[in-house]
Amino acid sequence: MSRIETDTVFVRRDFLEPEAPPPSLGGFPGWARKNLFSSPLNIVISLLMLFVLVWTLPSLIRWLFIDAVWTGTDREACLPKNGEPVGACWAFVNAKLAQFTFGSYPADQRWRPSLVMILFFVGLAWVAIPKLPRRREGVWLMLTAFPVLTFWLLYGGLGLPVVETSNWGGLLVTLVVAITGIVASLPLGILLALGRRSKLPFIKIVSVVFIEVWRGVPLITVLFMASVMLPLFLPTGVNFDKLLRALIGVALFTGAYMAETIRGGLQAIPKGQYEGAASLGLSYWQSMRLIILPQALKIVIPGIVNSFISLFKDTSLVMIIGLYDLLGSIQRNFSDASWSTPSIAPTGLIFAAAVFWVFCFSMSRYSMYMERKLNTGHKR
Amino acid sequence: MRSNTFKILLLGAAFVGASAVTASAGTLDEIKAKGFVQCGVNGTGLAGFGAPDDAGNWKGLDVDACRAVAAAVFGDPSKVKFTGLSAKERFTALQSKEIDMLARNSTNTMSRDTQLGITFTGTNYYDGQGFMVKKSLGVSSAKDLNGASVCVQSGTTTELNLADYFKSNGMTFNAVVFEKQEEADAAYDSGRCDAYTTDASGLYSIRLKMTNPDDSLVLPEIISKEPLGPAVRQGDDQWESIVRWTHYAMLIAEEFGVTQANVDEMKTSENPEVQRLLGVGEGVDFGTPVGLSKEWAYNVIKGVGNYGESFERNVGEGSPLKIARGLNALWSKGGLQYAPPIR
Amino acid sequence: MTLRDKTADDSSRSWVRAVLYDATIRGWVFQGLVLIFLVLFSAWVIHNTAANLRAANIPFGFDFLNMRAGFDISQKPINYTLDSSHAQAFKVGLINTIILSALGIVFATIIGFVVGISRLSGNWLLARAATVYVETLRNVPLLLQLLFWYKAVLSVLPGPRQGYMLPFATNLSNRGLTMPRPIPGAGFDIVLWIVPVAVVLAWAVARWARRRQVATGQSFPVFRASLGLIIGLPLVVFLAIGAPLTFEYPELKGFNFVGGMVIHPELTAMLLGISLYTASFIAETVRAGILAVSTGQSEAAFSLGLRPSQTMRLIIVPQAMRVIIPPLTSQYLNLTKNSSLALAIGYPDLVAVFAGSTLNITGHAIEVIAITMAVYLALSLITAALMNWFNSRVALVER
Repeated sequence: MSRIETDTVFVRRDFLEPEAPPPSLGGFPGWARKNLFSSPLNIVISLLMLFVLVWTLPSLIRWLFIDAVWTGTDREACLPKNGEPVGACWAFVNAKLAQFTFGSYPADQRWRPSLVMILFFVGLAWVAIPKLPRRREGVWLMLTAFPVLTFWLLYGGLGLPVVETSNWGGLLVTLVVAITGIVASLPLGILLALGRRSKLPFIKIVSVVFIEVWRGVPLITVLFMASVMLPLFLPTGVNFDKLLRALIGVALFTGAYMAETIRGGLQAIPKGQYEGAASLGLSYWQSMRLIILPQALKIVIPGIVNSFISLFKDTSLVMIIGLYDLLGSIQRNFSDASWSTPSIAPTGLIFAAAVFWVFCFSMSRYSMYMERKLNTGHKR
Repeated sequence: MRSNTFKILLLGAAFVGASAVTASAGTLDEIKAKGFVQCGVNGTGLAGFGAPDDAGNWKGLDVDACRAVAAAVFGDPSKVKFTGLSAKERFTALQSKEIDMLARNSTNTMSRDTQLGITFTGTNYYDGQGFMVKKSLGVSSAKDLNGASVCVQSGTTTELNLADYFKSNGMTFNAVVFEKQEEADAAYDSGRCDAYTTDASGLYSIRLKMTNPDDSLVLPEIISKEPLGPAVRQGDDQWESIVRWTHYAMLIAEEFGVTQANVDEMKTSENPEVQRLLGVGEGVDFGTPVGLSKEWAYNVIKGVGNYGESFERNVGEGSPLKIARGLNALWSKGGLQYAPPIR
Repeated sequence: MTLRDKTADDSSRSWVRAVLYDATIRGWVFQGLVLIFLVLFSAWVIHNTAANLRAANIPFGFDFLNMRAGFDISQKPINYTLDSSHAQAFKVGLINTIILSALGIVFATIIGFVVGISRLSGNWLLARAATVYVETLRNVPLLLQLLFWYKAVLSVLPGPRQGYMLPFATNLSNRGLTMPRPIPGAGFDIVLWIVPVAVVLAWAVARWARRRQVATGQSFPVFRASLGLIIGLPLVVFLAIGAPLTFEYPELKGFNFVGGMVIHPELTAMLLGISLYTASFIAETVRAGILAVSTGQSEAAFSLGLRPSQTMRLIIVPQAMRVIIPPLTSQYLNLTKNSSLALAIGYPDLVAVFAGSTLNITGHAIEVIAITMAVYLALSLITAALMNWFNSRVALVER
């Protein structure tokens, strides 16, 4: 390598002052600068949010846990004593937990709903977790044997003492209404969705009218109809159980929403699938049963789960027609003279909210998981 | 219109088949066939009248009325099933045959008795509507309530009486109406309303549920007549008589001192009134003509006791409500409860 | 069997087969069967109902609507007294439902957009807070939230005599927010008539400004000008004719405020509950809509020299709207239907007044429930039609 010496070459001979290090991107300060204080507006927002948090969180935690009453047998425990503030009355929830779960189901028979709930969650896990073996058989068992078993265990007969549905309550009713509603609405929804996409004009009109009418009215009026008017529609002397009437209302209402969910799935099936089925010489029902529905239903699993979430929340409305679901039985106990204090109502409502939240949130996570999983399949 | 209905009838007939035939059978026969009385009671729970306890057993004055009818029909007060009903559902439930009788603290009014296809069979509790206010308001009479906000349950005669009372006294008010009694209670308790109104019997039981019962005061005025009683469908006189006379039997039993405890001894009583009540003696049978057994009233008293016992147990001194007999004392003791003789 | 017989047999069989397997004929037969079933089923239901009503001696008809209602309603936007008819009570309930739904839709949309955009914010705290908000409120039943808000509103506010005094003779207590009631004087009608005129003018200005921008490239502050026109013009007219508006001030008489205008705590709790709940769904819709616009769009906008606010307003939002509108429509419909839960906390909406008090007092269950359902169906259809019209305006016009 030869040495080049020209005038144009500039060689720095002295050291520059080192520049200040760039703002660190690692560690908490860097993270905070990037995510909390990146612009004047963000600084204002962050400070505001921090202020709100500092203002609310401590008193919330105080009320929920520190000042809360955990044990006690009646209202005395949750009354403010010598000026000390009293927080949540968890003793109330603790004392009434059995009622919140089973309603006034006879105490010596409560093993029956407990067993049903355990069986249900085991069965659900079997069906819902993709890695487990023999899921197809699981689905069939859950759809055939399980409902029969459940009915026998919950209602009684054949050796078990009969427990009238008027004694059912709490979470039991919430689950019964939600699950029966969704299971009964599935076949109805499939038929309506097929009807709405049918080429037969009359069938199409009937389906559209049915779907739009039920979707256009509030559930509460449907429940009123089921509880007040349904008996008038039936021949004299034919009676339905009150819970069953609510279930019919819920199933019809959910069926209309389910139809729209399933229709979305049917529309997502490429036209080639229909044509392929037809070219194999399959009839309409054969192609639906063997080709279209299996694909469509798979696509709409997240949608069905979402319908289930909203139905699960809507079950709380049966309280208004005098069935005591979880929310209803909690509210009914607010007027129990032996527990009546100012703090039981917020405590009870927060407890109910927590239970509903755990169910709905986990289902929505499951729905998102299934969505991601199914996305890999047919997407083009 | 009419001819259309007939066409529809003809069309429907093919479809309905045999179900129309059963409509003609009497209520009593149907009840005997199915083996129990289906009785509509207060579904939201009104302490003292109809409410399930923690174990799910129904208790109350109205519940006793149902049990008494079951005892009259079957000789067994437990052969009854209860349907908890809201204020909205109660009359439709009766009309549609979902229940055989309604005993849900329902006020007997002319329009209900004549226009809804139902008949009230008597009065098992003479009630009247009253007000409860916060003591801190310094109010001592309902006449001082001009301009007040009043919490009230919707769809009851209470709602209408409230409006009539304020109007006739030239006062204004603001009704805050709730679908369920629990919600009205809670709203009053949290200070949304100055006053709370319902039947006087209910006021005391609701006051007990308040955060501080002593902060509230029941005003002396009774602004309406509320004769509460069981009801049946119109058009079945036999069944109507059975429900009516079951109540009368309980009153007569109280009048002559026949109680649940001494009813067996009373069978040997020489008093002809008691003998006729209990069906003692040759040819003394008032039950068979209405389709019951000879010992129907004995069964009622053996099963649930006389009216006085039922009252004390559910709403009187033996209960947390501690309501005095007042209008509900027997006629012979200055009250309104009066039964025609069995003869 | 001779050959000729066989062919005849074959042809007749194939004719039968052609009929049996003809898709069109099968379709008609199937439809006919469904029709017959439906007719028989409805005849059966009508027969049962008629028989039940006749047996129970209940008259069917709508005469009860003209009967005196005789009950009070706490919130009366139109003239209603104890002597008004059930039909008038129905109108009050309907207007209360519309008030609640309309206000709820406005608030839910505003909160929903703010929360939805916040979830995408670069500010970690804000984005997390928005996520917690959405995931909490979405997963708890609305009825429960309404009961909670009602209790919260009532327990936070003091009694009327200890209420908070606010400016403009406004008072906040557990009887509601009491305000002076404006009473229009003579000539106030003119001001009301000026408003549509101002709107038309604002539209004309916007049109002119767009033309000018297309022609010359010069922009014009359309938004500020329109706002000035719509608010300023009626205001100027109002002042010019001598401000014909007086106020009725609420006074604390006895227990409550008399006179003035009041927003009841029931309405406040309903609005809080229903707006916050629906907003959590709208937020998700908005987030999905914005995410659906590819980042290339905003990069392109920046490279054209648009400011971030302009990028949002002119590039992102119009494209996101196409994705947002259809689900937003169903959220509006849900909100309208959910407003029927008002009866749980004593807000006098249609269901509470008509399907509650009127139904119980008159006992005409079938007529009342049928009318109520028809009204909600009509409201849903109207909302859907309006939103579909709006959707067709913002939808992508493909060439």
